[in-house]
Amino acid sequence: MDALDPLILARIQFAANISFHILFPTITIALGWALLGFKLAYNRTKDVAWMDAYRLWVKVFALSFAMGVVSGITMSFQFGTNWPGYMEKVGNVAGPLLAYEVLTAFFLEAVFLGIMLFGFSRVPNWVHTLATCLVAGGTTLSAFWIIALNSWMQTPVGYEIRDGIVHATDWWAIVFNPSMPYRLTHMLLASALTVSFLIAGMSAWRWLKDGGGEGVRRTLKAAVYAAALLIPVQIFVGDMHGLNTLEHQPQKVAAMEANWETQPHTPLILFAIPDEKARTNHLEVAVPSGASLILKHEAAGVVPGLNDYRGNHPPVAPLFWGFRIMVGLGVLMLAISWFGAFTIWRRGIDSLPRWYARALVAMTFAGWVATLAGWYVTEIGRQPWLVTGVLKTADAVGPVGSMMVASSLTLYLAVYAVLLAAYIAVLYRLARLGKAAPDDKAMFPIPGAAPGPAAPLEEGVTP
Amino acid sequence: MTPFIDPWWLPVIFAGLMGLSILLYVVLDGYDLGVGMLTRLEKDANRDLMVASIGPFWDANETWLVLGIGLLLVAFPVAHGLILTQLYLPVVLMLVALILRGVSFEFRAKAPPEQKHRWDAAFFYGSLITALCQGYMLGAYVLGFDQSLSSILFCLLAALGLVAGYLFVGACWLVYKVEGDLQKRAVRWAEVTLWLTALAMAIISIATPLLSERIFARWFRLPEIIALLPIPIASATLFAGLAIFLRRPLREKDELSWVPLATAGILFALGFVGIAYSFYPYLIADRLDIWQAAASPESLSIILIGALFVLPVILGYSVLAHWIFRGKATHLSYE
Repeated sequence: MDALDPLILARIQFAANISFHILFPTITIALGWALLGFKLAYNRTKDVAWMDAYRLWVKVFALSFAMGVVSGITMSFQFGTNWPGYMEKVGNVAGPLLAYEVLTAFFLEAVFLGIMLFGFSRVPNWVHTLATCLVAGGTTLSAFWIIALNSWMQTPVGYEIRDGIVHATDWWAIVFNPSMPYRLTHMLLASALTVSFLIAGMSAWRWLKDGGGEGVRRTLKAAVYAAALLIPVQIFVGDMHGLNTLEHQPQKVAAMEANWETQPHTPLILFAIPDEKARTNHLEVAVPSGASLILKHEAAGVVPGLNDYRGNHPPVAPLFWGFRIMVGLGVLMLAISWFGAFTIWRRGIDSLPRWYARALVAMTFAGWVATLAGWYVTEIGRQPWLVTGVLKTADAVGPVGSMMVASSLTLYLAVYAVLLAAYIAVLYRLARLGKAAPDDKAMFPIPGAAPGPAAPLEEGVTP
Repeated sequence: MTPFIDPWWLPVIFAGLMGLSILLYVVLDGYDLGVGMLTRLEKDANRDLMVASIGPFWDANETWLVLGIGLLLVAFPVAHGLILTQLYLPVVLMLVALILRGVSFEFRAKAPPEQKHRWDAAFFYGSLITALCQGYMLGAYVLGFDQSLSSILFCLLAALGLVAGYLFVGACWLVYKVEGDLQKRAVRWAEVTLWLTALAMAIISIATPLLSERIFARWFRLPEIIALLPIPIASATLFAGLAIFLRRPLREKDELSWVPLATAGILFALGFVGIAYSFYPYLIADRLDIWQAAASPESLSIILIGALFVLPVILGYSVLAHWIFRGKATHLSYE
C-alpha cells in the first residue's frame, strides 16, 4: 500500500465515483424529454401504443434517477472528504454554482418525480404532464449548473485572487465562461444520443425476440430517427468544441492528437502508440496535413505541439485513445443510424434486416462508452491543474492516508460493480416484460374515488 | 457585487438555514429510515405497504441532506473540509448505506421475485447503517472529534440513540399512514421506542455538559438557565403526554393518528434547539466559529438571493407533495 500515493488513490476514487454517477444523468436528462414526447403523443393521438412506451420507459427513468440521486449524494461529500483544498481555494465561485444546482434543480426533480411516478391517478392529466415536463426541465437545469462549474474549472474567468483565495468579480462571465456553451451543448446531445441508442437497442432486442407489439415498433422507429437527426449535429458541435479547446487549452488538443512538435502541415494520426518518455510516437499511421486541415482549416496551418508545454501538459496516451474511442463510436453511430433511418423511411420498419437489429442491440450502451471516453479526454486533459492556472490537483488533496482511501475505494468499486450489473439485468427484465411489467396498480387511490381505468403509471416499490 | 445587508449577519443567516435543513432532514428522512428499519418486523404484503407509505417522499426527504451539507460546503468551505476529513470513515459507510438503501426501493420492485429478499435485506441494513453512522457522527461532532475512550463510547451511545429516535419517528409515521392490525402494531413500536428515545435524549443531555466545560457553562448559569428550562420541561411533558396518548386505542375514523408524528417532530426540534444553543456560534467546538469559516460576503449574498426565492417554493411544493399523497397507504394489487 505504501507504493500507492494517496493523491493517485483519491483521484481514482473521484474518477470512479463521478464515472458511475454520470452514467445515470446521461440517461435521465434526455429520457425525461423522451417521456414528455411519449406523453404528448399520447395526449394528441390517444393511441395506447404511446402509453405502453411511456409505462415501460418511465420505469427505466425511475431506476436511473434513483441511481443518479444516490451516487450524486456521494459527490457532494467527496469535496470535503478528499479534496478540502478545492473549496478552500475556489469555494467562492464553486459554492454558489453548486448551491444553485441544488436549490433550482435538485428539489424540483425530486418532488415532481413523486407526482410523475405515483400521481397519475391523483392529479388531473395536465398536472401529470406538467410534472413530467418539470422533471425533464429539472434534470437539464441540473446539467446547466454543473457544466457551468466544470467549464469554469477548464477556462476560468471573472475572478480575482485576494490573499490566495479566489473571489468572484463577474458572475455572468463565470457562468457563461468561454468553454461552457460548447461543453453544455455537446453533453446534452451526448445524452440524447445515449438515450436514442438505449431505446433503439432495447427495442431491437425485444423486436428480435417476439416482435414486441406496436409500442416497441413505435419506439424503435422514433429512436433510430432521433439518432439519425442528432448525430450529424453532434459531430458538428464536437468539432466546434475542439476548436474552442484549441484556443483556450492548446496543450489538451496537442495530447489528443499526440502531436509533439509545433509545426505546419501537422498530420492527422489515425493510429500510434504515444511514448511519453521518448516524447515520440511508435507505429504511427497518419494522414499528411490532416490535423492542420481539421484544426486550422488550411494545410499549412501551425498546430501547437506538446514540447511547448513540457512539464505542464496532461498524460498523452489516455487522451489520445479516449478521443479516438469517442470519435470512432460517433462515426459508427452515424453509419448505423443513417442506414436504419433510410431503410425505415423507404421500406418500413418490418423490412429492417435481423443483422441490423443485432447491431443495434450491440450498440445499446455505446452512448455510455462514448460519453465516458469524452469526459476522460476533457478531465484528464485539464491535468495537472484542477482549476486551470489557479489550483493544481496535488495542492487540493486532503490529509487522509493511503490505507483509508484504498479501503473506501475498494468498497465503492465493489458496490458499483454489483449495482451496475443489477441495473443492466433489470433493464433487460423490464424490456422483456414490456407493458406486462409489474405496474398498473393503485398506489394511493384518491379518497372517495373508485379505482378505475386511469391506473397509475408506476408502482415503484412493489413487485 | 456589494453585500446588501451587514456582512456580520450573513454567516448567522446561513448557519440558521443550514440548521433548518438538517433539522428537516432528520425529521423527514428520519421517518423513512425508521420505516426502513421496521420493515424487518413484517413480511410480504405488510412490508410492501410500509415501503409504499414512504415511496413518493424519500427522494425529496434525502434532498434536505444534500442541501444541508451543500450549505456547509458553500457557506463554510473551511469547516466542510475539516469536519468531513475528521469523519472520513463514518461518512463513507453512510454513503454506501444510503446508496444501497436508495436503489433497493427500485430494485426490490423490479428485480426478479426470487431476488427480492436480497434487496429487502439491503434496504434494512442500508437504513440501519445510515442511522448508526449519522448518530456516531453527531456524537463525534458534539465532542469536537475527541478520540479518547470515553468520547468513543459517547459516540456509540449517540449512534444507538439516533437509531431509537428514527425508529420512533418511523413508527409514528406508520401510525399516521396505515390502518388495522399493522397500525396497532405500529402503536406498540411507537410506545417502546418512545421510551428508548427519551432515555437516549436524557443521557446525551446529561453527558454533553459533563464532557464539555464550555457547554456546561452555557447552560448552568443565571439568568440563562431560567430561560432554558422550558426546553427540558416541554420535552418531558411531551414524552409523558404522548405515552399516555398511545396507551388509549385510537379514535374513531383515525382522526388523531397524526398526533404522534407531530409530537415526534416537535421533540426532535426541541433536541435540535438544545444542541444548537450549546454550539452557537461555533461550527467546530471551541475551534472555529461561523465568521472564521464563512465564504466571502459577495458569494454568500449571491447564494442568499437565490435561497430567499427558492426555499419558500421548495417548502411549498414539499407540502404540496405530502398533500397530494395524503391519506392512508393502501395494499397494492394487480388490476
